[in-house]
Amino acid sequence: MNALILSAIFGVLMMFSGVMLKQKASVRNIACTGMALLLIAVLLEMKGVVLFNVNTTGMLSFTRFTLVFNAIIFFSTFIYLLLSAREMENVGVNYAEFFALIFFILCGVVLVTAFKSLLILFLGIEIISIPLYILTGSDKRNLKSNEASLKYFLMGAFSTGIMLMGIALLYGARGSFATDFSDLMTAEKPSPLLIGGILLILFSMAFKVSAVPFHFWTPDVYDGAPTVFTSFMATIVKVAVFVGFIRLFNDSFDETQKQWRFVIAIITAATLLVGNITAVFQQSVKRMLAYSSIAQAGFMLLAVYAMNSDSWEGLLLYAAAYCFATIGIFAVLAKMNDITFSGFNGLGKKDPLVAGTLSVFLFSLAGIPLTAGFLAKFYMLKAALSVNGSLWLVILAVLMAAVSVSYYFKVLQAMYFKEPDISSDQTVIQAFKQPVFRWSLIVLAVFIILLGLFPGLLLTWYYF
Amino acid sequence: MIPVLLILIPLLGGLSAFFIKNEKSSRIWTLLISLIVLVFGVYGVTLKAGAAGLTYNGEWMQALGGSFSVALDGMGQLLCLLTAIGFPLIFAATWNNTYKNANRFFALMLLSQAGLMGVFVAMDALLFYFFWELALIPVYFLCSQWGGEDRIRVTFKFFIYTFVGSVLMLIGILYLQSQTPDHSFSIYSFYKLELSPNTQSWLFWLFFAAFAIKMPVWPLHTWQPDTYEKSPGAVTMVLSGIMVKMGVLGLIRWLLPVFPVAAYSWGDVVGTLCIIGIIYASLIAIRQDDIRRLIAYSSIAHIGLMCLAVFSANESGMQGVMIQMFNHGINIIGLWILADIIEKKYGTRKMSGLGGLAQQAPVMSIFFVIIALANIALPLTNGFVGEFLMFNGVINTASNYYFIFIIGAGMGIILGAVYTLNMVRKTFYGANIVPSSGMPDLSWNEKLALSVIVIIILILGVYPQLFLNISEDISKMIVNKVDVRGLISK
Repeated sequence: MNALILSAIFGVLMMFSGVMLKQKASVRNIACTGMALLLIAVLLEMKGVVLFNVNTTGMLSFTRFTLVFNAIIFFSTFIYLLLSAREMENVGVNYAEFFALIFFILCGVVLVTAFKSLLILFLGIEIISIPLYILTGSDKRNLKSNEASLKYFLMGAFSTGIMLMGIALLYGARGSFATDFSDLMTAEKPSPLLIGGILLILFSMAFKVSAVPFHFWTPDVYDGAPTVFTSFMATIVKVAVFVGFIRLFNDSFDETQKQWRFVIAIITAATLLVGNITAVFQQSVKRMLAYSSIAQAGFMLLAVYAMNSDSWEGLLLYAAAYCFATIGIFAVLAKMNDITFSGFNGLGKKDPLVAGTLSVFLFSLAGIPLTAGFLAKFYMLKAALSVNGSLWLVILAVLMAAVSVSYYFKVLQAMYFKEPDISSDQTVIQAFKQPVFRWSLIVLAVFIILLGLFPGLLLTWYYF
Repeated sequence: MIPVLLILIPLLGGLSAFFIKNEKSSRIWTLLISLIVLVFGVYGVTLKAGAAGLTYNGEWMQALGGSFSVALDGMGQLLCLLTAIGFPLIFAATWNNTYKNANRFFALMLLSQAGLMGVFVAMDALLFYFFWELALIPVYFLCSQWGGEDRIRVTFKFFIYTFVGSVLMLIGILYLQSQTPDHSFSIYSFYKLELSPNTQSWLFWLFFAAFAIKMPVWPLHTWQPDTYEKSPGAVTMVLSGIMVKMGVLGLIRWLLPVFPVAAYSWGDVVGTLCIIGIIYASLIAIRQDDIRRLIAYSSIAHIGLMCLAVFSANESGMQGVMIQMFNHGINIIGLWILADIIEKKYGTRKMSGLGGLAQQAPVMSIFFVIIALANIALPLTNGFVGEFLMFNGVINTASNYYFIFIIGAGMGIILGAVYTLNMVRKTFYGANIVPSSGMPDLSWNEKLALSVIVIIILILGVYPQLFLNISEDISKMIVNKVDVRGLISK
């Protein structure tokens, strides 16, 4: 509850700060401070300190999982702001509004991770989506950004419509928005309204997490949006919607698992296949990361597929591992002029520290042991393997993990085994020299390795 | 504590070597570290397996069911000794090779040593998997950065191959863990599992894929000749001398005792693959002109024989494999050292461009002939003992097809003699005489390394009991676990 109200307050505050403050640096500092305060607020709530007590009549519930997940999200956003806030200046004139929109999105994220009613889920998804449409199109002079924004808006509106339809059907089946459907599930034959509703909601959620075959918007939108905002969209927003996804299906449709599990299995397999294989053929690192985010979504879908205790722990780890690594890579990418693979040529010599941290991020995304990414994948596989008859899916998943190595390592090969281009400018290197940037990258890399060595550091928060 | 030290010393030594910018001092530092490891490796062998100093159980990843449980059994002792001897030998033999960014090269070498030690001592499946992957990463960087032309593509093929194998194994490990009553990754819990034959069957192939790629067994060998050819000399020695033993160890420690029924029922299929591999690799080796590729293919043939002997599942075969793992490592490192020297001196490694080296470099040719004879298992060399025991094992195997296996393996030995002696003839003797390189015969460091190798070859050729005693208990233990004939006849 702390985070929900505070993030809304900070959002409004940031809107005013744009008018009051002329210095861009001070706007940035306020945003970072606000983010740190949000993080502290969530940590306090975990310790039992609730600043605001609002009666939500059971429409919101802040479980341990929600709080830990929010802490991961806020920490990631905090680091994200430290890394990339400067790049936002280059995107557009309404600098302060970007921060305001980010805080509003976080408000939606809290709703999506804490809902106990389908209405709140809908509200949360919309609060996340609308600011994102704006951020995607924030680079007004860039045609690609405009196109991406329009595409995202149209497709997003469409999927929202599907979701509303699904919610309406479920309401028709039951007469309530609460997420506990157990009374309907025990019936011998589930009503067609219920099944139709579940399927429609499943499809719209699959759209939001860009699962195949609902992924067609993703590469264009991620590619067209300004890199700083792609980073936010592809990481924090994505994992948040995932948590909404798994919460919904765990709370509401647990007992009809056998009806929808096979659909999820198909979607998961398709997502893994399409995401990984298409990523291999990309020339631009940004577009490769867009497909990689689809591929990683395929792995996270294994948690929804399995739906047992391992998948909850795994999703927490996955969220942390994926967010940390992807934010780091995007932060470096946002400072580079050449975003193809050859833009990374010889980075290992030009800037060993940035190249070193990048390798940690890439190792983590590829799932190499001693990084958080390995344990995240480990939990997902373990969860999925406990389901009977899932061997084909698990084998497909690990084979695709091996495919993913091939495109992540392309960046590594460029950094370490290829000579730098003579024409490459020195301005890129200058942008890497900011101490805040360097230290944030180091913090991310250290966290990834620490989580890879001692996952207990994160999971104890979940249990105690 | 010994196994922990064997991992920790090269690990810390390697990490600190990144910060030694001076080439000379990083070289000395690395040699020093590897010598310290050697001291502990030798000390580890002198203790009796099961001694208190040889096991360590730490807490790690308990949430997942893992533990930091390491131990040196007889097989681990031999392989750790091989790793501990191999690295200083390699460093000494390649003392005069210069590398760009030498400190990074040596640091990565030491890190790969740490990974290898970890694989050989890990008694927890999760830990085993960690080290299995971690041994690979430094080698990937070493080959891609300091290798020959086309190195990036070749090394990447190698990496993807082994990565696919290891993730398949990961599925198997996860499944086994979910089957253990205490949800642990400990090898002792795995040994206690009694899985149904069907389950064993598919798990067997998941594990076997990983090990077969690493060894490599035909038809999964295609990464190997390219990688051996393009890698820098020192790394090829590590790869073929020590790293392939990860696969053999995997078979013996993690595959056979856990899936005895599947190993019995699929033994013939695996044996057939081995036989095809032995003959195929030997025939290709005969046709090679490039010394490096010849040694690479000969390595496939030798490993195929080891794999065959492992699946014969009797004590003689197992003991043969144990001692041959060590011998093969020593011999092949010797061959690579010599190939490396020839290439450096004469600028080519094609046999058609060489000849008559015996006149110019008599000392080198003596070393070469001894090591080559050990490679084709002449009596009184170490290779003879291993191959004799393995043959004995294959003859006494429970399989109905042992006759075919014997003929195939025998063909491998004969063909092995053909290509090895042919290489000796074309390179060191013959009418074709290359002009003198103007360099001295062998430098002191090369002489030192090769003498150590030759001494080991002769000692083990005459008195193999030294090592057979070490591995006796573990061989018996494995063979007892694998013996399912009683089970099946019921």
